[in-house]
Amino acid sequence: MSAADTIATTESPRAETSERPHADGLKRDAFLERMRLFGLCSPALLLVLVIMVIPVGWLFYLSFLSDEGTFSLEHYQRMIDSKSYARIFRTTFEVSILTTVICVLIGYPLAYFLAQLPSRAANICLLTVLLPFWTSLLVRTYAWLVLLQRKGLINSWAIDLGLWDEPVKLVHNLNGTLIGMVHIMLPFLVLPVYGSMKAIDKDYLKAAANCGASPTQAFWQVFFPLSLPGLFAGALIVFVLCLGFFVTPAVLGGGRVIMVAMRIADNIEIFFNWGAASALGVVLLLLTMGILYVSSKLLKLDRILGGGSHT
Amino acid sequence: MFGSVAAFAVAAGLAAAPALAGDLTIVSWGGSYQDAQSKAVFIPVAKALGIKIKEESYGGISDVRLQVKAGAVTWDIIDTGSGGGARGGVEGILEPLDYDMIDVSNFVPGTYLPACVGTITFSTVFAYNTETYSGDNVPKTWADFWDVEKFPGKRSYRAKYSGALEPALMADGVPPEKVYEVLSTEEGIDRAIDKIRQLKDHVAVWWKSGAQHAQLMKDGEVDMTTGWNGRFDVAIGDGAKAAYNYGQGLLDYDCFAIPKGAPNKELAMKFLAEASKASYQAAMPQYITYGPTNKEAYDLGIIDNEVAGKLPSHPDNAKVQLVVDNDWYAKWEKIASSKYQDMLTE
Repeated sequence: MSAADTIATTESPRAETSERPHADGLKRDAFLERMRLFGLCSPALLLVLVIMVIPVGWLFYLSFLSDEGTFSLEHYQRMIDSKSYARIFRTTFEVSILTTVICVLIGYPLAYFLAQLPSRAANICLLTVLLPFWTSLLVRTYAWLVLLQRKGLINSWAIDLGLWDEPVKLVHNLNGTLIGMVHIMLPFLVLPVYGSMKAIDKDYLKAAANCGASPTQAFWQVFFPLSLPGLFAGALIVFVLCLGFFVTPAVLGGGRVIMVAMRIADNIEIFFNWGAASALGVVLLLLTMGILYVSSKLLKLDRILGGGSHT
Repeated sequence: MFGSVAAFAVAAGLAAAPALAGDLTIVSWGGSYQDAQSKAVFIPVAKALGIKIKEESYGGISDVRLQVKAGAVTWDIIDTGSGGGARGGVEGILEPLDYDMIDVSNFVPGTYLPACVGTITFSTVFAYNTETYSGDNVPKTWADFWDVEKFPGKRSYRAKYSGALEPALMADGVPPEKVYEVLSTEEGIDRAIDKIRQLKDHVAVWWKSGAQHAQLMKDGEVDMTTGWNGRFDVAIGDGAKAAYNYGQGLLDYDCFAIPKGAPNKELAMKFLAEASKASYQAAMPQYITYGPTNKEAYDLGIIDNEVAGKLPSHPDNAKVQLVVDNDWYAKWEKIASSKYQDMLTE
C-alpha cells in the first residue's frame, strides 16, 4: 500500500506538467469521445423518437380535432363542463401519492435492511424482491382479488381466528387498489434506493462515529441525506408509473376507483374518436410535468440529485 | 399517458400478426358463453367446412370500430349484441351480409339485420344469493332490487349504460311498455340515472364483463347482481348459490357480423351461412341456457321440453319480459353512455 502511495505521489507532478502541451489533443479526444457516445445512444434516441415523441405529438394534434376533422377545443371544453373529470384527476393523484408514500414507508426500511446484509444474503433477498416481476401483472392483480374479497382467504381466516366478526371491505374500493398497486410498485422503489445505499462509503459513517455522532445521528445526518438521490429517483418512478395505471385499479377498484387511464379507455368507447381520449392524456401529461417542475423547485431536487451523483 | 400509448403500440404490434390463409379469426365475449359457442358452433362448423379457426375474446363493437378506423382489421367474425350489430351496420363498420347465402327463412322476425345475423336469444336479469335471501322473502322485481331495507345486502351493477337504464325506470314505477318512451328524452335518461344514483352506495362492484358478474355470484362477493341469464345458469351448475327469474327481464339477442375489411370476408360469409343452420343453434342450449334465433332448431328433437322451458325466448318466458329496442340504442347511445359514465365518476 505504501509503495503504491509513493508511486502515485511521484508520478502526479510529472503528469500535470506534461498535460498542458497536449491540451488541444485532449480536447479533440474528448469531443470524439462524446460523439462516439452519442453514436452509441442514437439507436435508443431514435427509438424514443419513433415510439414516444411522434405518437405523443400525434395524439396532441388529435386532441384539437372535432369529429368533422376541424380545429376545435370541444374535448377540452367537455373536461371543464363535466364535473366528473376534476374528480377523476383528483382520484388519480390521490391514489398515486398514497401509493408512493406507502411504498417509501415500506420500501426504504427494506432497502436499508438489504444494504446491511452480507452480499450473498442480500442477493438472495433481492431476488425475492424481483421475483414478482416474473409473474404477469394481471395474475398478481387477480391473486389479490382472491385473497382480499368478502369470502376470500384473509377475511375467512381472520373471522375463524376471531380477529374480526364481519368481513372487512378490503377490495373493490380504495383499500384494494392501494394494496395491489403498492405490491406491484415496491420493487421500483427498493431497487434504486438499495443501489444508492450500497454506493455510500461506510467510512463516512465511521468518520461520523469518530466525531462523536451516535448511530442515530450518523444515520440521519450522514447516511440518510446520501441515500436521498436514490429515494427521490425511486419515488419519482413509482409516482409517474402510478399516474398511468389501468389494470390494477380496474380490477381491484370494483369500478369505484376511476383513474385517468380508465376514463381514456371509456372515452374511446363513448365518443369513438381519439381526440376525446388524447385530450385527457395531454392534460394528465401537462399536470404531471407541472407538478414535477414545482416539486423539483420546492424540494431543490436538482441539488439533491446532482449533489449525490459523485458518490 | 405514456402507459396508454405504450399499450396502443403493443396492441397495434399484436394486431399486426397476420392470420394464416384459410384460417378464420372469431371473437366473442369469453367465459362460459364462448366455451358453449366453441363446442356447439365454432368447432363443428369449422369441421364441416374443413377450415381452421382461431378464437379470441373482446370488449364489444367499439373494439371493432377502432380496428376498422385504424385500417388494421384482424377479425373475420365477431359476436356482438344486437344493438352493436345494428349501430355497426348503420355506421358502415360491418360488411353487409349476403342473405342469398345465409338462409334466414325460419328465423324469428327481427333477429337479423342487414349487417348481422342472430345466433342466440338472451335475457338481462338479476340474480340473488339463495343463502342471503330464502323462502318467500326473495327479490322478484326491479323494485325489490332497489329496496335495500327489505333486502339488505351488497349489489353489483353494470359499469356500462346498456341494459342498465331500463331496470332503473321499472324500479321507479314505469310500466315495461312505457320504458323506451320515457327514455326517449334527456329528462327520462336523467330520471333513470338518478334512480341508479340512489343505489350507488349499495353497489359494491360495477361489473364490466359477463365472466365477472358470474364470478361475483360464485364467490359470494355480492348478494345481488344484474347480468345475463345463461352465465348465471352455468355458475349455478358450478355450485353458485344463486337464482333468478325472467320477470321484467330484458329480452335481447346476440348476432354474428363481419367487420368491414375482414381479411377473409368470403370464407367468413360461408361460415355464417353454415353457422346459421338450425342444427348448430339447437346444440347451444345443452351448454348454456340461450335460445335459438332459428325456429327450426326446436323441430330437430335436440332441445327437449325441459330445456326449452328454461330458455329466455320460450313463449312463457318471453311474455313477462321487455324486448330491447335497438332503435333507441342507435339514437341515444352517445348521450346515455356519457351521462352514465359521469354518474359513475361523480
